[in-house]
Amino acid sequence: VPPRWATDGIEGESVGFVDHVGGGDVIRIACPHCGPRNSSEFRYAGEAATRPHPDVAIEAWRDYLYVRDNPAGWTIETWYHTNGCRQYLRIRRHTVTNEISHVAPVAAAAESLAEQGSGDPGGEVGA
Amino acid sequence: MTRPEAQRLAPQPGEVIDRARPVRFSWDGGRYEGMHGDTIASALLASGVTVFSRSFKYSRPRGILTADFLDPGCRVQVDDEPNVRGAHRRVAEGMQVRPQNVWPSLRFDMKSANRGVGRFLTAGFYYKTFIKPQRIWPAYERVLSRFASGGVVSFDPRPGYFDKRYVHADVVVAGGGPAGIAAALAAADAGATVMLVEEEYDLGGHLRWGDEADRDVLAELRRRLARSTVEVLVDSAVTGRYDDNWIAIVQRSNPQAEERLLKVRAGVLVVACGLVERPYVFEGNDLPGVMLSTAVRRLVNLYAVRPGSRAVVITANPEGDAASRDLERVGVEVARTIDMRIGGSVVRARGRGRVRAVELTDGTVVDADLLVTATGWTAPTALLNMAGNRPVWDDTAARFVPGPELAPGVLATGGLVGDADTEGLIDHGREVGALAAARAAGRPEPAVRRMPPAAHPALFRSTTHGFIDWYEDVTSKDIEAAAKEGYDSIELVKRFTTATMGPSQGKLETINTVAALADATNREIGDVGTTVWRPPYAPISLGALAGRIFQPVRHSPMQSWHETHNAVPLVAGEWIRPDSYGDAVAEARVVRQAVGIIDVTPLGKFLLEGPDVPKLLNHVYVNSWSELPVGSVRYGAMCAEDGVVMDDGVTGRLSDTRYLMSTTSSGVGGVWEWLENCLQAQHPEWAVHVVPMTPAYASMNIAGPSARTLLERVVRELNLSNEAFPYMRVREGQVAGVDDCILWRIGFTGELSYEIHVPASYGLHVWSALLETGADLGVGVFGVEAQRILRLEKGHLIVGQDTDGLTTAAGAGLGRMVKLDKPDFIGRSELAQAEHPHVREAAMTLVALRPDDASCVPTEASQIIGTDGAIIGRITSSRMSATLGHSICLAQLARAAATPGATVTIRLPDGRNVTAAVCEQLAFFDPDGGRLRV
Repeated sequence: VPPRWATDGIEGESVGFVDHVGGGDVIRIACPHCGPRNSSEFRYAGEAATRPHPDVAIEAWRDYLYVRDNPAGWTIETWYHTNGCRQYLRIRRHTVTNEISHVAPVAAAAESLAEQGSGDPGGEVGA
Repeated sequence: MTRPEAQRLAPQPGEVIDRARPVRFSWDGGRYEGMHGDTIASALLASGVTVFSRSFKYSRPRGILTADFLDPGCRVQVDDEPNVRGAHRRVAEGMQVRPQNVWPSLRFDMKSANRGVGRFLTAGFYYKTFIKPQRIWPAYERVLSRFASGGVVSFDPRPGYFDKRYVHADVVVAGGGPAGIAAALAAADAGATVMLVEEEYDLGGHLRWGDEADRDVLAELRRRLARSTVEVLVDSAVTGRYDDNWIAIVQRSNPQAEERLLKVRAGVLVVACGLVERPYVFEGNDLPGVMLSTAVRRLVNLYAVRPGSRAVVITANPEGDAASRDLERVGVEVARTIDMRIGGSVVRARGRGRVRAVELTDGTVVDADLLVTATGWTAPTALLNMAGNRPVWDDTAARFVPGPELAPGVLATGGLVGDADTEGLIDHGREVGALAAARAAGRPEPAVRRMPPAAHPALFRSTTHGFIDWYEDVTSKDIEAAAKEGYDSIELVKRFTTATMGPSQGKLETINTVAALADATNREIGDVGTTVWRPPYAPISLGALAGRIFQPVRHSPMQSWHETHNAVPLVAGEWIRPDSYGDAVAEARVVRQAVGIIDVTPLGKFLLEGPDVPKLLNHVYVNSWSELPVGSVRYGAMCAEDGVVMDDGVTGRLSDTRYLMSTTSSGVGGVWEWLENCLQAQHPEWAVHVVPMTPAYASMNIAGPSARTLLERVVRELNLSNEAFPYMRVREGQVAGVDDCILWRIGFTGELSYEIHVPASYGLHVWSALLETGADLGVGVFGVEAQRILRLEKGHLIVGQDTDGLTTAAGAGLGRMVKLDKPDFIGRSELAQAEHPHVREAAMTLVALRPDDASCVPTEASQIIGTDGAIIGRITSSRMSATLGHSICLAQLARAAATPGATVTIRLPDGRNVTAAVCEQLAFFDPDGGRLRV
């Protein structure tokens, strides 16, 4: 099929607003700016980790870059509301039940999350 | 061929057919007539057809078993749609219905030979047969694909489309029987928004084929529904329940779409799927003429079809008793009724292609063409299981019932939970509906009375072996064999025998499989346990899952011009843009010799504003941005924290605090997130606004020796001389009468060039003005392909084309840009590590290659082979350069081999080796950049 100036979606591509029927793609996140939204509006940006100063020992840097706790339980992670307010959010989520106990803008999240424990309550976003 | 006698009964009080509206359709090549409201199976049965398919492995003739969606013998091909549930789908005028799995024909079947070799097709035959010798596998495959039981998929596009819908509902009720309807009404009365989903075409469940009192109750429920706010979906099914009550519903027989997928965020899901009647296991239980009591009641009462002429009924419950009464009422002779609550049973059904006689445990043999069984129920707990509930065995009721713990957003009512008369079911549904509405609204929750299941004899198998899974042709003997081989876990038996893995996904088969395994291993059913039900609960087509993709397609404001000038489209992420206008080589020549313009609107653009922009630029780019004067532009390369090149582009300083940043066309989304990450998460103290401007400007590049002459004709008050507006500078001004344009003097084509960003709504105007005013200069247009040639001649890399997920700044030939003396920037740690000699030497680097055969253009991704045959690199870009008269390449090459002047060997995809020389620098054309600075 020759390429054409499609007007009804790009065939074979699946980027953008495509969401999924199953599994963890469908949890709901209470965005502090936009209200409760499907997680398909967000991009998962990984477990929260504090970015060290680049002058630290390379081992510490690589821990930050590559090593994750990946717990079966409560964890603190970062999500980006791509199709919403475009804000980075800190989320405390249970990886087994998908229960979410806390959502806050990333900059404001450090203190309030530290009280809830588990996971790294750092104020910066991992790679 | 002579037609068998028609089996349509006189009008029945609850019938759903419209005798005034005949429907003509074809079956297996013959012409048939049904009535509006008939299913394919009921119309055929009324015309005397009793065999609808051949079974999967043994090719046994199959007729009606359940007379509903689950009926295993009634899957047919309708026009170009395979695997249609013939006992569910209604006949429509002109439908062409064909049997499946009957090569070469329904009446004469080659595969019936398999009956003779049945012992080779027992449990686990998938795993034991056809394995060796492997070289014969293609022959096996040809034969097996002939035997596969599916229909024929058409590869022609169908008219119409699949659709999706998003819904927010307080309460979704799955199942429209009496309890489900009552729950929906009660929830709506309590103020909830309610969606009621019924698998069949009509609401009412078993009330539809009940007595007059049942029909009156149903009529009243329907009247109340019609006055309520409940949204009713029929011929639709809840296929899955996911986290946070994300409910997937497939809506069939929708006039607007083939099938529609509803994605519902529900406050509370009420599961009211009722009960599924389970078949009894005995020899000959798959013969046409052996039917469940519910099948008989549906056929007689809904479709007015006589299911046989002389019947034996074995019953252990009121539904079986009622089936017996239905048969007698419509004049079917009931030769024997065995009440299994008292004693007695069937040993085997005899006959070939149809039940002829029934052998009973008391030794008598009764002539009959219909054997009706009513031996118990299965609670289809799948939707509850998806919410974490595990079914438990109820010994008294002889069925698995929902476990005690339900997720907070999920409730159950109706036969799924327990047993009651119609009034009791409605009362329970009403209480659950009120609870659902209260829970969805966060109000105090009313109590719900318990509705326990009623006692029922535990009946699974007679003294003989018979079929457990009609779809997969699995018998109780296969389960026994699996147990003997050591498969004592139900999950393993399921996978080994494939019992429960057919299209009904266990709704008919699971309990008998569990019972047979318990029998074979001398355990209790409760100890064996049951399998886990996963989505989908009901089948859903791939078309509905794909649905319509809601994805924007982006075109530049010059799109209409491109389309009318024969542009060849190129899909680039969300954008579709001109790849060429027919002859990319000629387009490139115009740029080198005169002047060309290209539409570069997809180029990512951000307006950065604020006092801390230099800090942000210094942080995200590896090079230095501290002293960029107002009116200048600079090229920057962006790395991720692991030092891998992520994006590149130029940024111009428009004023003290205003900058325009450009990114690659495909990288714009990622860069936006990246900038926001820096500003929100890492340095919230920096005052910078990021405004995405990509589609706000129409961007075009004017390139070629005559670029200045051309642009001078359309600008006012802007001095374009090399002294006033030198290379790598930015100016703002008016172009072709359009204010607020931004002009960059940059040049990735290697020619004198200006990139102009025009307010998008004037893009076409400026584009046309340039072409009209430059006609005497020989101005031409060029597309992405010509641009690829031009920039490759200059050795400019494309991020993602000439780099990959391991290419660091040094590996991209950008090492000298990296300013490791900046106190911090993204990627600094790893880029510093990459400077270690042992890391450097082991890394790949970007080089330009000139093939020794000037006419050979090595295919991109061709490998570069070392003297020992090892892969030491690959071609990343390659084109024929008409300007230079020879082919040119960029390549990622091991540093040890990347000595200028060295010869490397390229392995082409066809296996030939060609040689190429490593060049001094990346640029093939005008390496000093003299043509840029004129």
